[in-house]
Amino acid sequence: MESNGCSGNCPGCENTSREEDRRSVLWWLLGGGAIASLGSFFYPVVRFLNPPRITEAAVNEVSAGKVQDLKPNSGKIVKFGTKPALLVRLSDTEWRAFSAVCTHLNCTVQYRDTTQQIWCACHNGTYDLNGRVVSGPPPNPLEEYAVGLRGEEVIISRNA
Amino acid sequence: MRPCLLAVFLVPAFLAAQPRDTCIECHAAMEGAIQKPALLIKDDIHAANKLSCSDCHGGDRYSDDPSVAMSAAKGFVGKPKRTAIPQLCAKCHGNPDFMRRYQPQQRVDQYELYKTSVHGKRLAEGDENVATCIDCHSVHDIRAVKNVLSPVHPLQLPDTCGRCHADTNRMAKYGIPTNQLENYRSSVHWAALKKGDLSAPNCASCHGNHGAKPPEVSSVSAVCGSCHVLFAQLYEKSVHQPIFSGASGGGGCIVCHSNHGIQQPSTAMLVGPNAVCSTCHDPGTPGAKTAAQMAQWIDGLGGALKHSENVLAEADKYGMEVSEAQVKLADGRENLVKARVAMHAFQPAEMQKPVEAGMAVADETLRAGQAALHDKDIRRLGLAVSVFFIAITVVAIFLVIRRLEANGSGYLEPTK
Amino acid sequence: MTTKVLQWFDDRLGLDAIRELMSHKTVPVHSATRWYYFGGITLFLFGIQILTGTLLLFYYRPTVAEGFDSVRFLMTRVEFGWLIRSIHSWSANLLIFVAFVHMFSVVFTHAYRPPRELTWASGIVLLGLMLGFGFSGYLLPWNQISYFATKVGTDVAASTPVVGEGIARILRGGEDVGAATLTRFFALHVMVLPMITAALVALHVLFVQKHGMSTPPWISAARVRQMKFFPNFFLREVMVWYGALAILGALAAIFPWELGEKADPFASAPKGIRPEWYFLAQFYTLKLIPSRIWFVEGELLGIAGFGVLALGWALIPLWGVNRAGEAKTRLVNGVGIFLVVYLAVFTILGYVK
Repeated sequence: MESNGCSGNCPGCENTSREEDRRSVLWWLLGGGAIASLGSFFYPVVRFLNPPRITEAAVNEVSAGKVQDLKPNSGKIVKFGTKPALLVRLSDTEWRAFSAVCTHLNCTVQYRDTTQQIWCACHNGTYDLNGRVVSGPPPNPLEEYAVGLRGEEVIISRNA
Repeated sequence: MRPCLLAVFLVPAFLAAQPRDTCIECHAAMEGAIQKPALLIKDDIHAANKLSCSDCHGGDRYSDDPSVAMSAAKGFVGKPKRTAIPQLCAKCHGNPDFMRRYQPQQRVDQYELYKTSVHGKRLAEGDENVATCIDCHSVHDIRAVKNVLSPVHPLQLPDTCGRCHADTNRMAKYGIPTNQLENYRSSVHWAALKKGDLSAPNCASCHGNHGAKPPEVSSVSAVCGSCHVLFAQLYEKSVHQPIFSGASGGGGCIVCHSNHGIQQPSTAMLVGPNAVCSTCHDPGTPGAKTAAQMAQWIDGLGGALKHSENVLAEADKYGMEVSEAQVKLADGRENLVKARVAMHAFQPAEMQKPVEAGMAVADETLRAGQAALHDKDIRRLGLAVSVFFIAITVVAIFLVIRRLEANGSGYLEPTK
Repeated sequence: MTTKVLQWFDDRLGLDAIRELMSHKTVPVHSATRWYYFGGITLFLFGIQILTGTLLLFYYRPTVAEGFDSVRFLMTRVEFGWLIRSIHSWSANLLIFVAFVHMFSVVFTHAYRPPRELTWASGIVLLGLMLGFGFSGYLLPWNQISYFATKVGTDVAASTPVVGEGIARILRGGEDVGAATLTRFFALHVMVLPMITAALVALHVLFVQKHGMSTPPWISAARVRQMKFFPNFFLREVMVWYGALAILGALAAIFPWELGEKADPFASAPKGIRPEWYFLAQFYTLKLIPSRIWFVEGELLGIAGFGVLALGWALIPLWGVNRAGEAKTRLVNGVGIFLVVYLAVFTILGYVK
């Protein structure tokens, strides 16, 4: 490291070896600090670019299980984004899906196979299979979703 | 020139389009009590449908001559007797063919129902103190029920009933209490109505409107059960049903919940100094033990959910994204609701499932909240690490600058 | 090794011009030297915006259906997504603040005097572009606050005399703020504004290199000490930039930017909706103006007033300089202080009212 040809401790010489040491410590400090800090910036960036395992962001459609899972004239609750949805199988080929949030006081509705209507247990609100209010306190109909079949999978989707 | 000519033809044509009503014309120009109806009538739904005073009072609405307009020959009846009012209204409102012209969907059995009511029966016996059509619906300024200014709009109805039923002097001779309105005003149903839920029950919802009568003791839970279905179903199958619905039973649901002043239920009804259960079940009895167990479960679940809610709120305050767990908490709250419903079977076994499901949700969301708080700490640790490295670098640069400029290098002095 | 690499490029590109500049560029040392840093900080923060903005592009989806959800996904599922997004949002606000500081420091040190008029002009346009970035970027998360703030903002733009309605329609992509607006704002934010800004920043920085650093008029340029830009001032600048980075990181980690609720155009506007702080002074001023002054509609007068004020401010090099090329320091200082006080007071008022 004697780039200036100095052996150190020469009288009148500017660069004593202690000076050299201090200088090299300083450069190590600077270099180390710079690299460490830059590393602490780039580490998150690299992790950021790595796609997370669940790649889908928006919920405009959700898989509601297999066709065989639901018998005709029955319904089940499925998570649609952050809210529950009701999937109803009317017959072998006919499916309906609605938001399962009752428009009265937000309880979760259910399908009643005995009356073939959608019913809310909280205050006896009843909707028909088009989501329209038949009786009881709900002020508005249930939002209807589209149901499609992708092979054996039932897909509930909504137009935003 | 031409517009004037046109006006000459238009003005009479316009006047002719509005049929004359001399009743209103004359009475509006008078003073005192006989002027009032003519002023009120502008808000009346009958007038809006082109009906006239004469359609109820008889007489001729087109004649300027009072002796013709109010002649018996033209069917004038003047002010009808109170006992004759329901029949007068029913002349039209009980006639389906007539009503079909204005509102085909409207019922036409109000008079028939009225005849079965307490009011109707007493009026038939000659008691003019009871309510007739005009006492509830007003007269001369009758508005549609859904008009919020109508005395029978859901928000106004309790006051209308209370006009008589909260008047102690008036009710004295019937021997019925007059605290119903006051109690009702303290109830959850009135609170819901005030908040805008017009489906919440008012007096008429349980007592009927035209056929108003208090429900019989055995049918109380059916009345409540018309909205609170599951509670009624469980109660009907429970041990309390035969006990409370007999003649001296007390009336089903209202034994615990009261009839008019229904409060928000809580576990304070199960245990504690104001508990309802302890009015029958002495401490140490199986009944009291059941009540205690159910109260403990409900309170436990409620507490666990509240705790999760608080932890999630704290994480949220720190900026952590916990919206999914907060939504999941709603499932937990639903289980709490289910548990409180199941209570009405008065059997702990029924309650166990929703309580366990709810506790599972509370547990899961609590862990999510705690994980979020932990992540928050990790973020701050990461920040500290990063800031530490930055600080080292900044200090190093500072020292480099100092070293560089130790002998004044890097500066150019001014030439002067 | 580095010298070998540099030599390779030098042989092919001829880096003499750069080497010349780097070795000869100096910075005057005086009481106002600290204000020289602010241009660099602005540039640095803009660079941060480009970097974090590009990263956000990897996950953001500019549609009504997915905009909000993609930001939520970013904040919750993507590793360090919260960090990149929060830095982007905080840096945007700091950038605009620092740009204002930079502008005012230029005014109070009178650096707009000849020959630097073009630097001033390009700087004013750049400030406008920064505000455009802020306005367009604010809508992209498509949450309640940003949707309604954009509605309010475009409504104000619409009340500009003559051209207002047209401008508002072009901005909104229709009669209302909606999907078309989001698409346009995204295009503006991610392509149009960056392209224009890049060109102007290049010019602005080039002008600065050409003219060197301006010495304030109360200091004799010939008698002032000069510091070499490279390495002395540059090292200091790196320190400052690093410090800014630390502040940004702390803000992002301790006060992460909130997600809000997804925009619901049919809901009523959130209570107390108002634009971001950098538009607040003007917004509050407009609120104060009575609805009619004489026969002119108040809002119209307000906006026209802002236009006149902005134009006047942009033309400082014309009226703030006498025929000899010297700054009318008293006049300009007075106007500058007035503006600073007005902006500060009305921004605060806009917040508390």
